[in-house]
Amino acid sequence: MFVINCPYCGERDQSEFSCGGEAHIVRPKQPTELSDDEWAEYLFMRKNIKGVQFERWNHAHGCRKWFNMVRDTSNDKIHAVYKMGEKPPVI
Amino acid sequence: MNKYRINKTRFVDQTKTVSFTFDGKKYHGFEGDTLASALLSNGIHLIGRSFKYHRPRGIMSCGSEEPNAICQINDNTDLTEPNVRATEIELYEGLKAFSQNCWPSLNFDIGGINNLISPFIPAGFYYKTFMWPKSFWKKIYEPLIRLSAGLGKSPTQPDPDIYDHKHEHCDVLVIGGGISGIISAKIAAKNNLKTILIEDKNILGGSTIYQNNKNFIIDNQKSNEWLMNEISELEKLDNLIIKTRTSLAAFHNYNYLLAKENISDHLPLDKKNGSIRQRLWKIRADKVIVAAGAIERPLIFNNNDRPGIILANSVKKYLDFYGVSTGLNNIIFTNNDSAYETAVSLFEKGISVKIVDIRKKSSSNIVKNAEDLGIKIYWNSTVVNTFGYKKIKSIEIMNLSEDGSNVTGNKHKIQCDCLSISGGWTPMVHMHTQSGGKLDFREIDQVFVPNEKSENHINVGSCNGDFELEEIVKNTNYKVKKFLNINEGGFDKISVLCSKESEKKNIWLLPNTISESKTKSFIDFQNDSTAKDIKLALREGFKSIEHVKRYTTTGMATDQGKLSNMHALGIIADTAGVKMGTLGTTTFRPPFTPLTFGAIVGRSVGKFFDIVRKTSIHEWHVQNNAKFENVGQWKRPWYYPINNENLHEAVQRESKAARDSAGILDASTLGKIDIQGTDASEFLNRVYTNAWSKLGIGKCRYGLMLNEDGMVYDDGVTTRLGENHYLMTTTTGGAANVLSKLEDYLQTEWPELDVYLTSVTDHYSTASICGPNSKKILNKLFPNKDFSDEAFPHMSYQDAIIDKIECRIMRISFTGELSYEINVESKYGKSLWENCIAAGEEYKITPYGTETMHLLRAEKGFIIVGQDTDGTMTPIDLQMDWIVSKKKYDFIGKRSLYRSDTMREDRKQLVGLLTDDPNEILEEGAQIVSELDKKPVEMIGHVTSSYFSPNLNKSIALAVVKGGKKMNGQKLFVPMENKNINVTVSDFIFFDKENKRINA
Ligand SMILES: [Zn+2]
Repeated sequence: MFVINCPYCGERDQSEFSCGGEAHIVRPKQPTELSDDEWAEYLFMRKNIKGVQFERWNHAHGCRKWFNMVRDTSNDKIHAVYKMGEKPPVI
Repeated sequence: MNKYRINKTRFVDQTKTVSFTFDGKKYHGFEGDTLASALLSNGIHLIGRSFKYHRPRGIMSCGSEEPNAICQINDNTDLTEPNVRATEIELYEGLKAFSQNCWPSLNFDIGGINNLISPFIPAGFYYKTFMWPKSFWKKIYEPLIRLSAGLGKSPTQPDPDIYDHKHEHCDVLVIGGGISGIISAKIAAKNNLKTILIEDKNILGGSTIYQNNKNFIIDNQKSNEWLMNEISELEKLDNLIIKTRTSLAAFHNYNYLLAKENISDHLPLDKKNGSIRQRLWKIRADKVIVAAGAIERPLIFNNNDRPGIILANSVKKYLDFYGVSTGLNNIIFTNNDSAYETAVSLFEKGISVKIVDIRKKSSSNIVKNAEDLGIKIYWNSTVVNTFGYKKIKSIEIMNLSEDGSNVTGNKHKIQCDCLSISGGWTPMVHMHTQSGGKLDFREIDQVFVPNEKSENHINVGSCNGDFELEEIVKNTNYKVKKFLNINEGGFDKISVLCSKESEKKNIWLLPNTISESKTKSFIDFQNDSTAKDIKLALREGFKSIEHVKRYTTTGMATDQGKLSNMHALGIIADTAGVKMGTLGTTTFRPPFTPLTFGAIVGRSVGKFFDIVRKTSIHEWHVQNNAKFENVGQWKRPWYYPINNENLHEAVQRESKAARDSAGILDASTLGKIDIQGTDASEFLNRVYTNAWSKLGIGKCRYGLMLNEDGMVYDDGVTTRLGENHYLMTTTTGGAANVLSKLEDYLQTEWPELDVYLTSVTDHYSTASICGPNSKKILNKLFPNKDFSDEAFPHMSYQDAIIDKIECRIMRISFTGELSYEINVESKYGKSLWENCIAAGEEYKITPYGTETMHLLRAEKGFIIVGQDTDGTMTPIDLQMDWIVSKKKYDFIGKRSLYRSDTMREDRKQLVGLLTDDPNEILEEGAQIVSELDKKPVEMIGHVTSSYFSPNLNKSIALAVVKGGKKMNGQKLFVPMENKNINVTVSDFIFFDKENKRINA
């Protein structure tokens, strides 16, 4: 079980958090302009990387804030956490 | 004194007798004994029968690796526990133990016949044989397997014991209280680190605590005496917690570990009562030092499973720790030096001992020691057979060929009553791999050792592959200092003298004169898999260790292959001609030893299993005989039977009353979200399919919420309380998820919106009154209020006062009747409800539950999200096109409604179904077909809701059917087990299509 450093609360057990999947997938501003394929790309396609992955996490049983995390899925090492809207760090 | 208790030790108090029973017969042991040592002191070796062949099996080890000596403890139906290792359970007054897996008795076991037919039950036998014919399964194979399968009996009553969970944090956690763990803990604690040392036995010291040989000297003392002093020093340290009887269950990442402490298992029966039985520690450690030790390996040869064949170091522990001899005429069979310590110890106690060694020679000090004592050693020899059914009586040995692949010369028979075997040592790398660590294979002594990469844990002592006393002490000191960044460890100038092993030889499967198809060389003793089985699996094409393991069941018993995994790997490598290091190992998964369910769940049992949410009106429902249904965590009244009504009768009565006069429902459990902010209207526009900007203050509107994939997610009525203030209701079960989803969009997609969400589900209680007389009841409750359609129209809300209590009244309807929902602060819920009941008395107001609510709304064709939808239904599929705004540019899920797949016309669509026989009620979930004769039968849909409607006096159902929108009037079939039900597709609004009753 990870220890996650919530950008708002500090270090907490993983059991307080839930993972929201891949980060930095922006909801298209004009969905109606998109083709089926383009919309499907946004809606369904995820990278699911073995290695360093950018993810969304929610401190569900804490401050309820969403934030981003850089995690190596092969060894669960957490490289960075940062707030929504902040620039992703270079790893 | 028992015949086999030949030695006095400081670990067993021979002044304190403890009595116990085994298979109903009474025996005596002493305080400090395990069940195994006490049985051995009474000369009992035969403990159980093996799983497949029902061969007699005896105690083989002295720890958690024990494959054979597993017992049923206690015969109370609520307390009985199967599969307890006799080697681990501490003896207590009144202990009742029973052998397992034998019928009718341990000494005469009918399943033993499997042993005679064993040539016919090789690996994969069950897979191959019981495949066909199919009809044999129910009547022949299954009863047969069930009769002979299973280890022990489960308790038939709930566990009455108390279990506990506790969180702990520390700087350093040391796993294992042997010599390397003790050194590690001392270094850490002396350097002001908060340290926890856990040890699964009741006494610290590991195997060094009974190492009393003159060849093993630390600082001029025998190693056991030196360690004894160290332990007393250790116990004085302040910032060290020592937890004995505590075994590590799991080592998760980020140094999160679970350990199980036995608190009262070892206490006499009368002292157990009321005490916590076991505690599960949840430990977060900054640094972890694994000092888990090593397990002695058996040797694999023909008939290596007889009672009396015991691991050599265990024989030594029984002798020097418990004072018990496992036999009076011993033979030691070894491939390494460590077994010589056992030989010397036996000899010094005056017990006859001979040694069979597969090596050609060894010149180490300990071997010299044995030779000097005159112990007979058969070099370059192997055991080829053993004799004795319930206890070993003799062995046959032969010489090994030059390369060890064959036997030569004549067989030589030797009498014995105990055979001590040692195939070397296997480091316990389980903890290291559980935490994510990798392993390296070390050729010289054929062991997997940790490949250490983590900054936060290390392995020390024999679990790290350090087997010699000098390297254990010195490497532990060096590694721990480095790991904890400490300059002075306190063990820097220590002097260690020990015997050093120079000759190494390992043969995974020892050769024999007879072909291996005729031998029984056991690898996994508990699951009865043999070397022959593994070779068969390889011949049949299984290559991966994981596949061979499953096919032969090697390593899959309750001991998880602690003794068998390495030999299985070795034999696979030898047979396939590959290097062992390239094969890898099977995965070591937690728990290290089996955990009780009690320890896993702790206090979360009975009413603490899950949170129970009750409305403030709950007590009234209980007093009025409500039957409850679980909706998420909520307890909701399901129906209110009068006299002896069943569900159907009660629901028919409640439904009729609600339409004929008045009904009342506790609707407090609906999810409620308070929405405020200058962008609240825009926010609702984006999350619901319909438009919200023009909703007037004081008005209510039904909304449908989709997922981004266009599928219906939730629904409910939202009321505009003010310019920038709304109250949203959600389904009872969906409340928490809807709030999370809305928060997600607000925080991540639309942070620019000025909107604040607050869950207020628990803040308000709701009484919903419906029926043609509901307005009269409201008039009585609120005499000063105008309930005319003009002053208080459908889909609007007003504030009101009742008994000085502020409330909100919403005129909304889920039943199709004229209907009002009165909301008050939760604490006034029950008083409001009682007022409503009193005011409604003259109209025979009838409380109704969820079942009636479901029936009434089904009559009106209103969907229930989660019952009529399943995450694959769009609003279009539900024929709810009217609620999807064409004008709005965007809302969640909008784009998905125009994907080619969601626009298919043959999607499952919501329809009504009427049975040709109006009294026939369909089963919810039943499949629907259009052609009965077509093969295979094509399922075109299923029934989602079905009731007998008392108001229409016929059966009605909602269903989803492929292309159903265009099938009105079409005949379909619902095939059931013994009949086909004829149905006709209909409109899904069955009752009051014109919506007249809402304004009645
Ligand atoms: Zn937080």
